Amino acid sequence: MNPYVLDLITASPEVLVLAMGCLILILDLFVKDPSHTSTFVLTMLTLVGAAILTLFTSTGEVVYAFNGLYVDDLMGDLLKLVLYLTAIVTLFYARPYILQRPDLRRGEFYVLMLFATLGMMVMISANHLLTIYLGIELLSLSVYALVAMNRDSVASTEAAMKYFVLGALASGLLLYGMSMIYGATGTLSIPEISDALVANASNPTILIFGLVFIVSGLAFKLGVVPFHMWVPDVYQGAPTAITMLIGGAPKLAAFAITMRLLVSGLLLLAPDWQGMLLILAVLSLAIGNLAAIPQTNIKRMLAYSTISHMGFVLLGIVVGVVGGDARFALNAYSSSMFYVVSYVMMSVAAFGVIILLSRAGFEADRIDDFKGLNKRSPWFAAVMMMIMFSMAGVPFFIGFFAKFSILQAVVASGQIGLAIYAVLMSLIGAFYYLRIVKVMYFDEPIDESPIVAPMDMRVLLSINGLAIALFGLFPQTIMSLCAFSLLRSL
Amino acid sequence: MSGYPLLSLAIWIPIMAGLLILAVGRDSNPGLSRILSLIGALAGLLITIPLYTNFDASSTVMQFVELAPWIPRFNINYHLGVDGISMPFIILNSFITVIVVLAGWQVIKFKVAQYNAAFLIMSGLFNGIFCALDGILFYVFFEASLIPMYLIIGIWGGHNRVYAAIKFFLYTLFGSLLFLVAQLYLFIYSGGSFSILDWHQMPIPMGPQIAIFMAFLIAFAVKVPMWPVHTWLPDAHPEAPTGGSIILAAIALKLGAYGFLRFSLPILPDASHELSWLMITLSLIAVVYIGFVALVQADMKRLVAYSSIAHMGFVTLGFFLFTPLAVEGAIVQMISHGFVAGAMFFCIGVIYDRLHSHLISDCGGIVYRMPIYAAFMMLFAMANAGLPATSGFVGEFMVLMGAIEVNFWVAVIAATTMIVGAAYTLWMYKRVIFGPITNHHVEELTDVNKRELAILLILAFFVMAMGLYPEPVTHIMHTSVNDLLRHVAISKLQ
Repeated sequence: MNPYVLDLITASPEVLVLAMGCLILILDLFVKDPSHTSTFVLTMLTLVGAAILTLFTSTGEVVYAFNGLYVDDLMGDLLKLVLYLTAIVTLFYARPYILQRPDLRRGEFYVLMLFATLGMMVMISANHLLTIYLGIELLSLSVYALVAMNRDSVASTEAAMKYFVLGALASGLLLYGMSMIYGATGTLSIPEISDALVANASNPTILIFGLVFIVSGLAFKLGVVPFHMWVPDVYQGAPTAITMLIGGAPKLAAFAITMRLLVSGLLLLAPDWQGMLLILAVLSLAIGNLAAIPQTNIKRMLAYSTISHMGFVLLGIVVGVVGGDARFALNAYSSSMFYVVSYVMMSVAAFGVIILLSRAGFEADRIDDFKGLNKRSPWFAAVMMMIMFSMAGVPFFIGFFAKFSILQAVVASGQIGLAIYAVLMSLIGAFYYLRIVKVMYFDEPIDESPIVAPMDMRVLLSINGLAIALFGLFPQTIMSLCAFSLLRSL
Repeated sequence: MSGYPLLSLAIWIPIMAGLLILAVGRDSNPGLSRILSLIGALAGLLITIPLYTNFDASSTVMQFVELAPWIPRFNINYHLGVDGISMPFIILNSFITVIVVLAGWQVIKFKVAQYNAAFLIMSGLFNGIFCALDGILFYVFFEASLIPMYLIIGIWGGHNRVYAAIKFFLYTLFGSLLFLVAQLYLFIYSGGSFSILDWHQMPIPMGPQIAIFMAFLIAFAVKVPMWPVHTWLPDAHPEAPTGGSIILAAIALKLGAYGFLRFSLPILPDASHELSWLMITLSLIAVVYIGFVALVQADMKRLVAYSSIAHMGFVTLGFFLFTPLAVEGAIVQMISHGFVAGAMFFCIGVIYDRLHSHLISDCGGIVYRMPIYAAFMMLFAMANAGLPATSGFVGEFMVLMGAIEVNFWVAVIAATTMIVGAAYTLWMYKRVIFGPITNHHVEELTDVNKRELAILLILAFFVMAMGLYPEPVTHIMHTSVNDLLRHVAISKLQ
């Protein structure tokens, strides 16, 4: 068969999402229905179709396509499946929210969501520095537009502006770092970079110099201290449905490119980048947890909480290689991957609850808006409580096992002090999660109005909450999937 | 032996009953929640009775063992089993749960379903702690049980409940997080096992033993609580509802002490011997100093809370004397304290339901209006002070006997509790029950009703029975305690 056809089959999920994105953009012009139901359904079908294609084209082997620009492996397939699921859930939660807001109630919302998803898919499957950059830009540009979609809101416009300027800066840093790597190794292909390093045919000074920029760019995309400045403002300023998108799925893609760049490409430089990431992780755990305490806006609080969670993810990546010994690497990286997947599950659910409580003209984004939720809706108060305890790392919820697996990787690497530091920081973190539980259960409601949300969202949110508890009782499946997919990919 | 998974049933029946109550309980129909929770609690108690009747008291191995893989990736197993040390606590816990459900019967009128469900779920989790033989399984139950307690204090507590609930949660979480890191170290060190029984056999050098011991100490000391990390308890008790106080005193405090027996002593015998001076000192401070602190309390619940700390000081003292008499005495003291402190808090709750206060100064002359109540409270106060023929005496006496064998002066200092304990308990009793009637609220008091009388009778029966004939309790733990001490006497250094 023609090799191009094979390439297209390998990349068929991306092809489908791209084609459908363009098609839906055009079809939406002819949609008269102000709720854009047909656009919504088509978007959903596209994501489901992409999931089916990903499942069917998955061979379990590492397959390269387009002259090594693109790679299809088990890690990518697993992350993509989680990504589709997250995107579908995000769209379901977002729908009632955007229907109540005329500025957001447009077909472009779905198309931009699809393109953002496509960007993340490209990032996940990138095997070449330029492909990574292409994916990042596709994601970022779509999200900039989504954040700014609420045109009349000053906060949204400001958030979009900040996000755009800082995001462009970060892309610049990343691109500059890539050019340095190219200068040092003479190639942009990740496996070839790795080969060049093994052959020791590169200039170490330029390499390390480039590495600093690459790590900075990645740190910005992950949103870790000191590259976190945009996170609280964008989380707070963006419409909640968009915050949910930013706070969830892109972390999967950022994890994937971190794996590809640092582990597949620059593993020999592990002592260097581990040192850098260690500083980022330590700072993120401290700043994220401490700065979350005084927040009165729950979206801002969750932004800082995200920073601390990403610090935990980095901890797993930091302890992969110990003194040139990569024996524990798989264990450590798969712990990080498990953490990212659990985090996305919790994050989407948390923003789902915020959307559930909001209605036309009311955002429910202050912590006070959660007061007395137990009296208004015991079930959704329980769901939010599960999410909060899970994020705090209390068993029987998935967040506990996420922290557990990271901590065991840290202890296995012999860095007990680091593990103690991490648990002390999560103790500080427990305080602000407890505060949410406190306002929901111990305080009197200030807003007695009934919760208006369609049944499908209620059901999905309930399933999401139960999944956090269920996978907390039986975390083995996801843990092994992460470990197995990394084993077959790296 | 019985073929049923009794331990799993003891854990999951109360939890399932709690979830069921949450699902069907409505604020409009609190009676249904109460009946269901009583059925759940009684079922939970009944299922634990075969644990006692089928128990082989001469065996040193774990009994009623259940073993199934839970998270094979980290070699974490669903591994349950009991020995003579843990089995009594499962029964005590299931029994106290019934008392708690009854104690809140007419009193709790707000969110009845959630209240009872929280207690039942917590009861199941506590049972899980007592029979877990896998470190992480233990930890998971240990920490998950914080959630219902946090909600119980925070929702149904007194005016300063939020502060108390958060303090309770963060204090105990702090301890348990270090405990988790220590467990992970043991996991790596043992080459990939979370089995507590494997850890019991594993040699560990002195340095790590000391470090792990300190981590365990912080976790368990906060839970016991030992001086100087005890300050959450006197804050939590006055703010907790009656049921919460009963569970807190009767069961939750025992978890830390049980942790010493299950983890610190057998896993780290050399560090335990090396640091026994520290443990004995901290225990004696708790016994003497906290006893004096209790003397000056104006709030009955705070007073009994401090008295609990002093009594638990006796327990930790007994553990680190390493003689069979002292360790057995300490365990008897734990069980007895479960009944006595539970009963004391129930008595205070009875007054609180009527006067809406647990300040000593708001009472006085209660005996003229509530003679039956006064008589029962007399018995429990005497048991709290350690009067012979009550359960409070047996444990303290055994620990003192053990102490004299080891060190005369330790025994002398510990024995002062007999005086201080009597002083604070009886002085409180005098001010609350006797004297002139101080205000019109006391004037209008009515004596205990049938429900309260039944609870008091049951508790009084056990307090007296354990005081007069402790043999049924001591004989089941005899072999296990001796085995534990034999184990602790063998050095794990190589």
